[in-house]
Amino acid sequence: MHSKIRRTAQDRLQPVAGNGLLDRRALFRAGAAVAAGAGFAGSSNAAGPLEVEPWMREVGAPFAPYGQPSHFENKVVRTIGTLPGTTGTGSSRTPLHALEGTITPNGLHFERSHDGIPDIDPDKHQLLIHGLVHRPLSFSLEALARYPTVSRMAFIECGGNGGALYQKTPVQLGAQGLHGLVSCAEWTGVPLAVLLEEAGVDPQARWILAEGADAASMSRSVPLAKAMDDAIVALYQNGERIRPDNGYPMRLLLPGFEGNANVKWLRRIKLTDGPIMTKDETSKYTISLPNGKAQQFVFPIEAKSLITRPSPGLRLDGAGIYEISGLAWSGYGRIAKVEVSADGGKSWAEAVLQQPALPMALTRFRMPWRWNGGPAVLQSRAVDESGYVQPSREQLVAERGNNTIYHYNGITSWGVSESGELTHVYA
Amino acid sequence: MSMHRLLIGAAMLMSATSGVRADSPNLGRVVSPEEIAVWDISIAPDGANLPHGSGTPAQGEAVYRAACQTCHGERGAGKPNDPLVGGQGTLTGEGLPIKTVDSFWPYATTLFDYVRRAMPLTAPKSLTDDQVYAVCAYILSLNGIIGADDTMNAETLPAVRMPNRDGFVLFSRSR
Repeated sequence: MHSKIRRTAQDRLQPVAGNGLLDRRALFRAGAAVAAGAGFAGSSNAAGPLEVEPWMREVGAPFAPYGQPSHFENKVVRTIGTLPGTTGTGSSRTPLHALEGTITPNGLHFERSHDGIPDIDPDKHQLLIHGLVHRPLSFSLEALARYPTVSRMAFIECGGNGGALYQKTPVQLGAQGLHGLVSCAEWTGVPLAVLLEEAGVDPQARWILAEGADAASMSRSVPLAKAMDDAIVALYQNGERIRPDNGYPMRLLLPGFEGNANVKWLRRIKLTDGPIMTKDETSKYTISLPNGKAQQFVFPIEAKSLITRPSPGLRLDGAGIYEISGLAWSGYGRIAKVEVSADGGKSWAEAVLQQPALPMALTRFRMPWRWNGGPAVLQSRAVDESGYVQPSREQLVAERGNNTIYHYNGITSWGVSESGELTHVYA
Repeated sequence: MSMHRLLIGAAMLMSATSGVRADSPNLGRVVSPEEIAVWDISIAPDGANLPHGSGTPAQGEAVYRAACQTCHGERGAGKPNDPLVGGQGTLTGEGLPIKTVDSFWPYATTLFDYVRRAMPLTAPKSLTDDQVYAVCAYILSLNGIIGADDTMNAETLPAVRMPNRDGFVLFSRSR
C-alpha cells in the first residue's frame, strides 16, 4: 500500500515538457514527496526543539478601525515613478511578484495620474451627460446610489505597460518594474447605458468624450458602442468606495480597454459624432510603426501573460520542486489556455487555470516544475477565447519595431542561473 | 394611489421626457445649456466649440516665458519635460521618435484643448482664453507652422494644417 502511493506520486512527477516541467496534477494530490521540496530563498527553518513563541505569551494588539498588512510585509508596496519636478504626475506599479490569486488589494492597485489625485467632496461631485442627447442630465452621487448596480471582476492595464520590452536589450527589472501597470478588482457601479438611455441618445451620436475632475481634466474619446455595451460608472472597488487614487468617487470602467480610457474622477460624458482627438489619443497612447505611421484608438488589450513567481527579485533556494505561478489576461474575453516553458520556448506544457477564469479579468495559472539546478529560461504564453495566441517578443517587434512603447503583449522571459538568480532575458 | 392613476402618471412621464423608460429611476437633473457652457471645454478638430478671443505669437511669448518655460525649456526646446519643437524626421529613424507638436501632433485644436484644461501643470485652468490662443500661436510659430504675425482665434486655429496630419491610421487586429 505504502509503495503504491509512493509510485502514484512519482508518476505525477513525470516531466510533461523540457527542463523539468511536471504533470500539472503533481502539486494537487501528490503527497509528502512533493511537499518536502525546496522553497524560495528564506523559507528554511533551523533544526531544534519546537518553541512556544513570545507572541503566544502576551496579549495581542487591539482591534483597528481599518486593518493594515503585517509590518513584516512592508516591502510589498507600489513603486513610484514621476515626471521631473512633480510628485503626482506619473505612475505607481503593483508588486505582482509578491501577490497571489487574481485580486489586487486596493492599496496596491496601480495608479496613473496626470496631475495628482484630486480631493473630491462627494457631496459636490456630479456627473454631467450632454452633447448629442435629447436632454442633458446631471447626476449626484446620492442619485446614482439609487440606481440598479452591477458588479464584475475586471483588470485595468495601462496602455504603456511592458513598454520597456520594445527596447533592443533587456531592461533589468522584474515583474513589477516591467509589467506592474496592471491590476484587477471587483468593480461595482451603474451601467452607463442606463444613464445614457435616460438622457436619450441622439441617432447622430457615435462616440463619447469622458472627462475627469482632476487638475488635468484628463479626457478620452470612446466609441458609443462600448459605452452602451458593458461600460460601468464604477462607485466601488473590491467592496469599498473607490480609492481616491483610482477615481473616487466614481470612475469609468471599460472592461478590457486600455487603462487610460477608464477615466478616473469621472465628471462629464459628452456624446459626439466623432472623436475629440484629445492629447491622450493623439500624441500619447498611439503605436508608432517603423513606417512612421501611428496606430490610433488601440482600445482592447490583446492577450498577455507573465510569470510572477519566480521572477527577478525572488531567488530559487536550491534544486528541487517549485510552483511556477503567473497571470494571464485578455481584453477580448476569457483566457482559454496558458502554456509554460522552462527551456526558452523549445517545449511547452499547459498550466492549470484558477477557476473561475472570467472574461477581461486577471486569470491565475500554475505549473509545477522540478529545477535541476542548471540554467533555465521560463516563459508563459496565453491563448484567449477568440483564438488569439500571445506572440513572441520577436514577432511583436518584427511587426512594430523598437520605437514604440504602447501595448506590449509579447512573451516575457526570465533567465534562471545556476545560483538560482532570476534575470530578465530575451530568448 | 390606484393602479389606474399610476399608469396615467407613467404615461405622462413618458410623454414629457421623450421616450424615457418609466421603469428607470430617472433621478438625473435636467441641465440648461447655460449651465453646461462652463464645463464644456472639449474642442474637436472642427473647432466648433472654440471660445471667443485671440492671440499672436508675440503675445504668446510673454505667456510662455512666465507659465511654460520652467518645464518646457527656452523656445520649447524641452527639459525637464517634453520638448515642443523639433523632432522632424525622427518618426522613421533608428532611435525613439521625438514626438513634438511639430513632428507628431495631428491637430492644432488639440493644443488649445490640452493647454486650456491642463496647463500649466502647477496652475491648470489659470490662463485666459486669449492667453491660451496666444501661447498656441507662439508654439505653432516656433515650429514655422504659422507665420510670426498670424493671429490664432476660433476661425484660424482649426484651419491650421499640422505637418503630421496624415500620420495616423486606425488600429486593427493583426491576427
